[in-house]
Amino acid sequence: MEIMMAILAGFLFSAATYLILSKSLLRIIIGTGLLSHGTHLLLLTMGGLGGKSAPVVADGVTVADYVDPLPQALILTAIVISFGVTAFALVLAYRTYQEIGTDNMDYMKGRGEID
Amino acid sequence: MLLFMAIVLPILLAIFIPLAYRSMKSIHTGWFVLLAPVLLFLFYLRFLSPVQQGEAQLARASWVPSLDFYFDIYIDGLSLLFSLLITGIGSLVVLYSIFYLDKTKENLGNFYVYLLMFMSAMLGVVQFDHTLALYFFWELTSISSFLLIAYWYKRDASRFGALKSMMITVSGGLMMLVGFLTLYVLTGTYSIRETIAQVDTIVDQPLFTVAVVLVLLGAFTKSAQFPFYIWLPDAMEAPTPVSAYLHSATMVKAGLYLVARFTPVFAYSEVWVWLVTGIGLLTLFWGSLFAVKQTDLKGILAFSTVSQLGLIMSLLGLGGFAYLVTGDAVETFTFATFAAIFHLFNHATFKGSLFMVAGIVDHETGTRDIRKLGGLMSLMPVTFTIAMIGSLSMAGLPPFNGFLSKEMFLDAVLGLLHADISTMTVAYLVPIVAWVASVFTFIYSIYFLWYTFMGSRKEEQLPKVPHEAPIGMLISPAILGSLVILVFFIPNVVGDWLVKPATAAIQSSSFASAADIEFYIKAWHGWTSPALWMTVGVVVVGFLLYKMLPKWQSIYSKWPERFTLNRGYDTLMDGSLNWNRALSDRFMTGSIRDYLVYMFAGMAILGITTLFTQGGFAISTEGLAPIRLFEIVLTIILVGSVMAILITWSRLTAVIALGGVGYTVALFYVIFKAPDLALTQLVIETISVALFLTAFYHLPKLDKHYKGKEDTSFRLGNFLISIAVGLTVTLIGISAYAQRQMTSISEYYKETVYTEAGGGNIVNVILVDYRGFDTLFEIGVLMIASIGIISMITLRLQKKKKGVTVDEIE
Repeated sequence: MEIMMAILAGFLFSAATYLILSKSLLRIIIGTGLLSHGTHLLLLTMGGLGGKSAPVVADGVTVADYVDPLPQALILTAIVISFGVTAFALVLAYRTYQEIGTDNMDYMKGRGEID
Repeated sequence: MLLFMAIVLPILLAIFIPLAYRSMKSIHTGWFVLLAPVLLFLFYLRFLSPVQQGEAQLARASWVPSLDFYFDIYIDGLSLLFSLLITGIGSLVVLYSIFYLDKTKENLGNFYVYLLMFMSAMLGVVQFDHTLALYFFWELTSISSFLLIAYWYKRDASRFGALKSMMITVSGGLMMLVGFLTLYVLTGTYSIRETIAQVDTIVDQPLFTVAVVLVLLGAFTKSAQFPFYIWLPDAMEAPTPVSAYLHSATMVKAGLYLVARFTPVFAYSEVWVWLVTGIGLLTLFWGSLFAVKQTDLKGILAFSTVSQLGLIMSLLGLGGFAYLVTGDAVETFTFATFAAIFHLFNHATFKGSLFMVAGIVDHETGTRDIRKLGGLMSLMPVTFTIAMIGSLSMAGLPPFNGFLSKEMFLDAVLGLLHADISTMTVAYLVPIVAWVASVFTFIYSIYFLWYTFMGSRKEEQLPKVPHEAPIGMLISPAILGSLVILVFFIPNVVGDWLVKPATAAIQSSSFASAADIEFYIKAWHGWTSPALWMTVGVVVVGFLLYKMLPKWQSIYSKWPERFTLNRGYDTLMDGSLNWNRALSDRFMTGSIRDYLVYMFAGMAILGITTLFTQGGFAISTEGLAPIRLFEIVLTIILVGSVMAILITWSRLTAVIALGGVGYTVALFYVIFKAPDLALTQLVIETISVALFLTAFYHLPKLDKHYKGKEDTSFRLGNFLISIAVGLTVTLIGISAYAQRQMTSISEYYKETVYTEAGGGNIVNVILVDYRGFDTLFEIGVLMIASIGIISMITLRLQKKKKGVTVDEIE
C-alpha cells in the first residue's frame, strides 16, 4: 500500500511540475494545488498506513492500534498554510490581470506584446 | 607611541586640509601640508645614529589583540632608509607642487588630502612588522595612488590609467595577502621578525614555495615588473609631482621593500632568488628597450623607472644567493644587496629630479611631446643643468652617483660567474643582458636630454612661449641634483649611515650589525676592473647607436600591435566583461519557466544521482499495509481527475477537476483513519474551488492570448522534467520508507494524551497542547494572508495617481 501511495504522490508531483511549467497563471496555481496534495499524501504515507483505529481515545483500543497522530497534525497545519498561500496567489493573479490585462507568463515578462 | 603618531600624522593633518583650503584662499594650501613631511624627516633623522649602531626602534599599538592583530612598528636600517626617502622626497615634492599647481584653477584640497593619505600609507608599509598591518597600508597606497592618478578626473586617459593601476596592483596585493596568510599557517605568527626567527622549520614545507610565489606576485605588480609594468606608463596621466613622488621614488619601491624585507625568510628558496633575479633582469632589459621608443617625456621616464626597478630587483635577487652559498661567494652576493640599496637611493634622487624637470618643461612650454621640443638649453639653462645631471647619472656616467651604483651593479653581475652557484650555463647570460640593458639605458638617457634641450628650436609648434621656470619650482630638483653630485664625491657617508644598516637588515644571516660590513664605495677601481671596461663599452656602443638612432628606431614599429602586453590587458578586461555578460544573458532570460526548469532539473538530477551513487536506494515489502479495493478505486479516480486537468482546454473543467482531486484526497484521509484531516480537507477544498471560480470569472478571455483555448499542447521538455521530478519523489519516498530506523515518537502522545493533557482526540491535543506553537504561527500565516489579500484589493496607489479607478477599467 505504501509503495502504491508513494507512486501516486510521485504522479501528483509530475503533474504539478508539468502544470507549473506552463504559460498560464491559472494552470500554475492549479499546479501548486496539486503539489500540496502530493506532499500531504506523502507525509501521511511516510507515517505508515497500517493503523487499525483513528487517533481518538476509545475504550477497548490498545495503544498500538491507533494510527500515528503526528503526521496528521503536521498535515493539518500544512493544509491550512497552503490554503492561505493559494488564496493569496489567486487574488494576486486576479489583481495582476486587472492591472496588466493578461495571465500569460510570456507577456508578463514583456517578451510579447500586449494587444 | 610617538612612532605610531608619526605614521598617522599626515592622515591626521589631512583632516584639516579641506578646512584650510576653503577658509584661507589667499595662502597656497601646500604650505600647510609641507609641515608634515619636513617635521617627520627631522624626526626620523634622529634615529640615524642609534639604528646605525644596531638599535632598532620598536613600538606597539594593539588593534584586535584576540586575533593577534597589532600595529607593531619596527624600524631598522631598511625601514629607516625608506622612511627618510618618503619624508625627504615628500617634502621636496610638496614644495614643488606648491609652484606647479595653480591655487585658483586646481582643487588643491583633494590633491593634498590624497597625497598625505599616501604618505601615511607608505610609512606604514615600510615600518610595520605585522604582515596584516603591512597589507592594510599596502592597499591604502593603492587606493591613494588610484585617487591621485585620476586627479584630473574629467579626462578619459586619467580614469583609464587609474583603473588600470588599481586593477593590477590590487590583484597583486590580494595575492600577497594570501601569501601572508600562508606564512601564518606555516609559522603561527604574523610578525615578520618572528617568522625570520623560525625560518628553519618552514623552509622544507611544500606550502613555503606557494607563499614565495604569492608574495612575489604582490611585489612584482607593485614595483611594475615584467609583465605587470603596463600600469606604470598609463599612470603618467597623474600630475607630475605625483609621478615624481609615487611612480618613481616611493610607491613603486614598495615592492622592492617587500622583496628586501622578506629576503631573510624566502632567500632559502631557489625559486625566490632565481625568480627575483630573472624577472628583474628581464624587466631591466625590456624597460630600457622600450624607453627609446617613447615620444612623451614622462613616457620615457616611466619606462626608465620600470627598467631601473628591474635593475634593483635583480640585485636584490643576487643578494638572496648569499643565503644559498658558503665561503667567499657570500661576500660577492652580499655586495649585490649593498649595491641594490645604494642604487635604490640614487635612483630616488635622480629620477625625482628628472620627473620634476619633465614637469617644468611641460609647465613652461605646454607640451611633453619630444618631437615638438628642442633647443631649450639657452632658454632654460637651470632646468637644463638639472636635467643633464639627472640623465647622465641615469646613464651611469661620472661624476654622478649613477656611475657608482652602475659599476657596483656590473661588479655584482660578474660576481655571479665566480660563485659556485653558476654551474648553470644560464648564469653566463646574466652579465650580457645587464650590459645590453645598460647600453639602452645610456641611449634613452641621452635621447631624453638631447631631444629636449639640444638641436633646433621649434617654437612655432609649442603652445606657449618657453621661458625659465620660477625659482620656487626649481628649488626641489636643484636640491636633488646637488645630491646626485654630492653623493658621487662622498658616497661613503651615504654608504655608512644609510646603506650599510639597510644591508645588515636584509643580510641578517651574514651581518649582525652595520659595523660588520666592510664594503667601501669607490669611484676608481683601477685599470684592471672589468666593470670599468664594461662601462667604457657601454658609452662607446651607446654613443654609436644613439648617433644611428633615426636609422633603426623604425624597428619598433615592426612589432605587431596585437602582441603587446597592453593589448593583452585590454583583451582580458573586455573579454571577461563580454564573457560574463554573454553568460548572464544566456541564463538570466527573465522567463520564470526557464528558472523553474533549472531548479526542477537540478533537484531531480541531484536527488537521483545522490540516491544511487550513495547506495541510498532500497525497497522493502516488509510491514506494508495490504492494498484494498477502496484504495484502488480512489487511486483511479484521482489519476483520472489529474489527467483531466492536464489535457483539458477549458479552464472551468480544470477547476472542477481540481476540486475532484481535493475531494478524493479527503476520501483517502477517511480510509486512512484521519477524520480531522478529512473534515478540514473537505471544507478547504470547497472554499478553494469557490475562490478559483471567482478568479475564473475575472480572468482574461481565453482567445486573447491563447487562440480561443487554454494552451495545453504537449511539450516534451516539460514532460521529461516532470517525469524526472515525480520519479525522484517516488524513489526517495520508497527508499525512505524501507529504511525507517526508529519507532515513532507518537507512542508517547498516544499513552499520555488523556492522563497528561486531558483530551481524547490525539491530533487536536497535539495541535493545541503538545505542539501549540505551530498552530499559533499557522494562525499568523492565515492572518497575514488575509491582510495581504485585503490590501491588494483595496490599495490602488498607482491608479489613484492617474485618476482612474478599477470600476472604470471594468
